[in-house]
Amino acid sequence: MKISDEIVEEHGLKKDEYSKIKVLLAREPNLLELGIFSAMWNEHCSYKSSKIHLKKLPTKNKSVIQGPGENAGVIDIGDDDAIIFKIESHNHPSFIEPYQGASTGVGGILRDVFTMGARPIALLNSIHFGSPNHKKTKNLLHGVVSGIGGYGNCIGVPTVAGETKFNNTYNENILVNAMAVGLAKKNKIFYSKAKGLNKSIVYVGSKTGRDGIHGASMASAEFDENSQEKRPTVQVGDPFTEKLLMEACLELMKDKSIISIQDMGAAGLTSSSVEMAFKGELGMDINLDDVPCREENMSPYEMMLSESQERMLIILNDGKEKEAKKIFDKWDLDFVVIGKTIDSKKLILRHKNQIVADIPIDALSSKAPVYERKWIKTKLPEKKTDIKSLKKVKIEDALIQILSSPNHSSKRWISEQFDQMVMGDTIQKSGSDSAIIKIHGKNKAIAVSVDSSANYCKAHPLTGGKQIVCESWRNLVAVGAKPIAITNCLNFGNPENPKIMGQFAETIEGIKEACEFLDYPVVSGNVSFYNGTNKKNIHPTPVIGGVGLISNIKNSIKYSFQKEGSVVLLIGKTFGHLYQSALFHEVYSVTEGPPPETNLINEKNNGNAVLKLNEEDLILSSHDVSSGGSIVALAEMSIESKYGVKINKPKKLSNLFEYFYGEDQGRYILEIEKKNLNKIQEILKLSNVFSEIIGITQKEWFELSGEFKIEINELYNLNNKWYYNY
Amino acid sequence: MNSSVIVFPGSNCDRDIADALEKLQFKNKMVWHKENELPKSDLIVIPGGFSYGDYLRSGAIAAKSKILEQVIKAGKDGCLILGICNGFQILIETGLLQGALLRNKNLKFLSKDIFIKIIKNNNSFCNKYKDNQVINLNIAHNEGNYFTNPDHLKYLEDRELIAFKYCNKAGEITDNSNPNGSLNNIAGIFNENKNILGMMPHPERMVSKLISNEDGVNLFSSLLK
Repeated sequence: MKISDEIVEEHGLKKDEYSKIKVLLAREPNLLELGIFSAMWNEHCSYKSSKIHLKKLPTKNKSVIQGPGENAGVIDIGDDDAIIFKIESHNHPSFIEPYQGASTGVGGILRDVFTMGARPIALLNSIHFGSPNHKKTKNLLHGVVSGIGGYGNCIGVPTVAGETKFNNTYNENILVNAMAVGLAKKNKIFYSKAKGLNKSIVYVGSKTGRDGIHGASMASAEFDENSQEKRPTVQVGDPFTEKLLMEACLELMKDKSIISIQDMGAAGLTSSSVEMAFKGELGMDINLDDVPCREENMSPYEMMLSESQERMLIILNDGKEKEAKKIFDKWDLDFVVIGKTIDSKKLILRHKNQIVADIPIDALSSKAPVYERKWIKTKLPEKKTDIKSLKKVKIEDALIQILSSPNHSSKRWISEQFDQMVMGDTIQKSGSDSAIIKIHGKNKAIAVSVDSSANYCKAHPLTGGKQIVCESWRNLVAVGAKPIAITNCLNFGNPENPKIMGQFAETIEGIKEACEFLDYPVVSGNVSFYNGTNKKNIHPTPVIGGVGLISNIKNSIKYSFQKEGSVVLLIGKTFGHLYQSALFHEVYSVTEGPPPETNLINEKNNGNAVLKLNEEDLILSSHDVSSGGSIVALAEMSIESKYGVKINKPKKLSNLFEYFYGEDQGRYILEIEKKNLNKIQEILKLSNVFSEIIGITQKEWFELSGEFKIEINELYNLNNKWYYNY
Repeated sequence: MNSSVIVFPGSNCDRDIADALEKLQFKNKMVWHKENELPKSDLIVIPGGFSYGDYLRSGAIAAKSKILEQVIKAGKDGCLILGICNGFQILIETGLLQGALLRNKNLKFLSKDIFIKIIKNNNSFCNKYKDNQVINLNIAHNEGNYFTNPDHLKYLEDRELIAFKYCNKAGEITDNSNPNGSLNNIAGIFNENKNILGMMPHPERMVSKLISNEDGVNLFSSLLK
């Protein structure tokens, strides 16, 4: 078949990219080869627009065992234990088919983690929808939430934390980011680099079907009015098979059979074989006649581009086939040797006794296009609106409006659809700053969280990028964990638009600065571009997944007020920054102005002081101050508790709205014993940390002295009703 | 006390229940579904999860598996059998317990802490609890809405075969405290000889104060001879 211009375009390749393919092959590709190039050269697999920027991110500290470039990142948590984790997007498929899209997003990220030898111990998610009033939103929300639950619940990994946000910007392009965290032994980590010649390449797991063909290419283009026609490119998940695959792989990993292993994710058999060969600097000779197929007469093209789920590629040590096969037979899974490693550094595919593709590996990987796209800076927006010029609302009405808004309502309706307790190690579930998961059989735990703040990033990507790393760090500190490293999922619009590319470049710059300063490196992640429909791009939405260590479980900090009569401290200085705040967005619909500044020195200093107080066992409960300011943080600490708080008015004469709703960064609320106040203030003073007493806990009532008083039961109801009534 | 936990492809609470049993000093063995023989057991547990993916109907395929023939035989001979969540669904599918577990009334998977009332303590599973004691356990299921016909319901009630009912914190059995729509708030039932118990809530998740509470401990300690 002659490759026409139309065929090239259908494969999402630009004209000059096609010319480059012809140069690299020194001939015209056939259709199968073109398909393979399109799968490997699309944005999703090649990172062609993001690569040069991603290189700037710090990826190492003393705990990092493996940074980006593998299936997931690996960190050391002591005692021979390693934590393996990654976040990934499944935005485009979830918009087209919410249940399957979200479900296979979870399945894919789980495979990334157990491929490396870890048993998954926690799942998290960050999901963003359009306006609740938009006609598609309700259906998408229901589908995505049950899809995430459907996979995690069945495979038996607890879904412990997440965030859900609504904004018009996602009306026609929702975001579904899933994160998985696994536990492995430090000396039992498996990598994807192939080694050794003439080794068996083994296909294990589900059979290959005609689903998900060109899924990665679909995810590398904007949507238009015909996006629903892309439904056949969405994969269908089978969590039951994945559970079997996981158990079989972990069983096989107990001995020394595996040289390398790679899951078949985006671009399926193509990308898994190419990646393994490229890293190992060798080639692969694969006989497609041996690939287990769901249907008869599947073409090589379909086999190579299918994104059927729950499949893995393994390179085995000599003579291990029999033992390995026995394990996969036990779990009723396919196990087929489909090829051998070769020294020619080529991908050779055979079908019905003919060579149907013959491509140099480097043409698909290191020689794939890399773009230094044009980008422009986003100016820091001006401060135009003054709070004093806005119509007067009662301070309690603003609080009620924020707490009962879709974005700030309790996510109980969602978390109740996820099994949060299976595996028996969930110490703290969703709803707090971070979830806490015990290391099975040990006296230590990890804290995990996901965060994003698209409003801040939209207003000023550089500040937003910095802020979101800090917020992640703070969320771990707030539960008593020492932050170790992050994974990031970078959701952006069309990188060919210089403004969008600028948002990306500057967000990365912000993330980099904060990560470097906090010694909080990026160990894994994913970029999702082309989030938009008909040239309307989404707000830049980097999502940060953080992992920290609690060396002794008794040092984990609760999130709700613990007793009556405790002193409540506000750590960190309040300036009253209201632009891009929940107050401005939810109550006044004012969306202009800059995000709050992030002072990295204060951030680090304040956080370390909180950890120090915690080491001395001086904190009863704590919460970071984020969206909604200190008053919302105080309300959240009361809502799940028997105790409320009587809040003092600020001593210095200042605007109450600025003081209580301002979203200045680097702040925490701490509940402490009255008798320890002096000691704590001394420690804080020595650490140069600003603190002030903001209130005293009390039974039943949430109260701002001289202003208003609400029963905490009522606050609970206000905070909990939105989802159930939606 | 020797216990056996049956493991199906798709079981996912098998490790949790084994940990709880071992904590309570049971000598526990895991039994793979393809095995023909059961080890000597005083207690057999069918754990939660999604056996065979719960495709077809929850528990339907597991009920036809090889090892279940032995479990059914042991149950008829008086061996203690505990089915939790998917285990309860499987016991219903085998016919060892009667009734049906329908989809939750809100048609959604539901994972939350709930209260149940111990109806009577005069049986092997509850003798360390008090009559009418209220305990706090966790549920996590899609199909836990117990249903049966009026004659069978009367039979269950007359013979005191209802083990637990969903209730509120104060022990009142109300519609609001019924999470999944179960008939008469039924959360667990016995067979006629009370050697077999099927329940939707997970007692094995409530054996540690650090993680949750210890309300599930007495169910296991009741079984210890």
